[in-house]
Amino acid sequence: MKTRTLSQDLYKQLEEYIDSIEANDAALIEVLHEAQHLFGYLPMEVQLFIGEKLNIPASKVFGVVSFYSYFTTEPKGKYVINICTGTACFVRNANAIVKEFENTLNIKTGETTGNGMYTIDCLRCVGACGLAPVVMVNDDVYGKVTVDDVQKIIAKYTE
Amino acid sequence: MDRIENLDCLLNKQKELEHTMDIRKANHDNTEYREILICGGTGCVSSQSLKLLENLNQEIKNHGLENSARASITGCFGFCEKGPIVKVFPEDVFYVGVKPEDASNIVSTHLVQGRRVERLLYEEPTLKKKVHTQHEMEFYKKQERIALRNCGLINPELIEEYIANRGYEALGRCLLEMSPKDVIHIIKTAGLRGRGGGGFPTGLKWEYASKQKSDVKYVVCNADEGDPGAFMDRSILEGDPHSVIEAMTINGYAIGANKGFVYIRAEYPLAIKRLKNALKQARQAGLLGRDIMNSGFDFDIDIKYGAGAFVCGEETALIHSIEGGRGEPTTKPPFPAESGLWGKPTSVNNVETFANVPAIIINGAAWYNKLGSHTSKGTKVFALAGKINNVGLVEVPMGITLREIIYDIGGGIKDGKKLKAVQTGGPSGGCITADQLDVEIDYESLYSIGSMMGSGGMIVIDEDNCIVDIAKFYLEFTVEESCGKCTPCRVGNKRLYEMLTKITEGKGTEEDLETMRNLAETIKLTSLCGLGQTAPNPVLSTMKYFYDEYLAHVRDKKCPAGVCQALLQYHISADKCIGCTKCARVCPVSCISGKVKEVHVIDQELCIKCGACFEACPVNAISKG
Repeated sequence: MKTRTLSQDLYKQLEEYIDSIEANDAALIEVLHEAQHLFGYLPMEVQLFIGEKLNIPASKVFGVVSFYSYFTTEPKGKYVINICTGTACFVRNANAIVKEFENTLNIKTGETTGNGMYTIDCLRCVGACGLAPVVMVNDDVYGKVTVDDVQKIIAKYTE
Repeated sequence: MDRIENLDCLLNKQKELEHTMDIRKANHDNTEYREILICGGTGCVSSQSLKLLENLNQEIKNHGLENSARASITGCFGFCEKGPIVKVFPEDVFYVGVKPEDASNIVSTHLVQGRRVERLLYEEPTLKKKVHTQHEMEFYKKQERIALRNCGLINPELIEEYIANRGYEALGRCLLEMSPKDVIHIIKTAGLRGRGGGGFPTGLKWEYASKQKSDVKYVVCNADEGDPGAFMDRSILEGDPHSVIEAMTINGYAIGANKGFVYIRAEYPLAIKRLKNALKQARQAGLLGRDIMNSGFDFDIDIKYGAGAFVCGEETALIHSIEGGRGEPTTKPPFPAESGLWGKPTSVNNVETFANVPAIIINGAAWYNKLGSHTSKGTKVFALAGKINNVGLVEVPMGITLREIIYDIGGGIKDGKKLKAVQTGGPSGGCITADQLDVEIDYESLYSIGSMMGSGGMIVIDEDNCIVDIAKFYLEFTVEESCGKCTPCRVGNKRLYEMLTKITEGKGTEEDLETMRNLAETIKLTSLCGLGQTAPNPVLSTMKYFYDEYLAHVRDKKCPAGVCQALLQYHISADKCIGCTKCARVCPVSCISGKVKEVHVIDQELCIKCGACFEACPVNAISKG
């Protein structure tokens, strides 16, 4: 068994959460949500821990983690830039916004900058189609974004 | 709120609270008191509507108006293009694009001086004048709000306001005055059909589940609104969560289930928050939980979260996801009504379908049945988006024409451009062309022209969008979202996507078009679930109606809309070029030649089609196409 390298305190919090709910097969997805909320991502050691606690084979845990796009096994940057590429944003030129972010930060979508500051991700529709194209940086929402706005948005998140 | 003990108790409560709605429904003479409602939906909240609310209440306090005015949030007004929206009652004044700093102006001018803030009023483009009240707006004239009846009227965070507008009355009447059979009969005769896309008659679904013999049954609300560009369900859950809770409980009573689940996307945090709050309030009031209104009927609801998988909108996949596994679909039959969640009979309905139920019970099947077309009754909520002037949420009677939606309600195409197509049904649907604008919209008519109702996303595409590119966009989506269980969907759609990519890169042939059509038909016939069976629709429907555009890509190697980069050619017009050399200087591959004050020429062999020259030219001498 691989040793646990992440914060023991976070493991304790996760354990408390699992003990507080009815821990069975059906709880797997909500436990994964909670774990990702705590750790920021779901590396193998966390998946093994959950499998053991819920008495579910690790293969099943991994099967579920890899099935859903919301779950990530890689750590994300401090600022996650989510560009909506849902249909409404797409027809209003979201692709140009994606390219501009990629060029400016010199990473591809799905990647994180070397300094761990920024991750670029695309998501499908936040439902704010009136504001298309939409960019979210963590919980901040930017609407009607143009290519020229990209530099300005990044400049707000430098620390 | 105290526990509601029975129907009389509920009706008394309703009477007691009714007056809070008077001012909003304009049946009030007291014009001294004013209410300000601010949209608290995701779109407007993103544009700082909550800060605006805070500022308005502060200003009201500063002016000492606490006893004659108040501001609160409400659900989506639908006019998302011009958010945040603020409405002042009883005058029915509709302010658009209101910023937090406008609060002082609204309070000092409107509330104190009784004058409207002209600059915040909406200007009707067709009339070129400011509109003073909401009912004068073209956007609302043809709308009929049933599922959205409380959005823009009540505060979704207060159960009292829901009750004031006859909330939970339908539940009370069902539990205490009707048998489960009566309830199913009303839903059946009302002609309500599933609003998630399939259009299966809701009453039949309930009846089938009710006839199953089982100790345990379940009700599931499908709130996994994954169709990009659609936000009907989110708006209902954010603006009127109690209506869904009430309808699920009615569904439970009708089929004999005591437990319900709402399966909701994790990407909808605000909807989740409002729903949780509403569940708590309903439990406190005894309208959910044990022995509801002392009827002896128990029902409770849990929330289950999606995790970003489009296929989970398919009911069997959704059920597997609730059970904690991978959201892979299974073949039907057995239908969930027979064997669903944990193998028990399960009634799965969509959010909008549920939102219609309480209104049908209160007003009767005949009332609902009168609205709509021959085969599709009632109304449908559509999310209008894309290249349209009034992006937003609209609820219209079935049978309305697309022309009315796009031009009368939607205000026409953005920037006066030409309409190319309207895409309905999302990744499972197809395109409706400008020639078909007068088709009356219902489940059958959309199906017959190669599209489908879907959940209600309506994306307007104009002449600047390339139709092949749009088809490619949907296929890319499907390829990403295919669960991989069956080969036609997993491999077939990937091949379709590759062929579309080839075409947009100028490498496609006419033979490819034929292969694509055959492959698309095969995928439709042989895929396991609804996702795969409908995934080729965007390709088939665009090929059917825009074959010329496909041909232009493969035969002439041209993209008529000027979208596909690889097919673009930039030309410098000899008549317009002034020889300023700007284009030659910005060209990253130095493929533009020409002397100062002489006509410049682009070497097509070397050009990488970056468009830098196009942007740089001061006299618009460079054309692309």
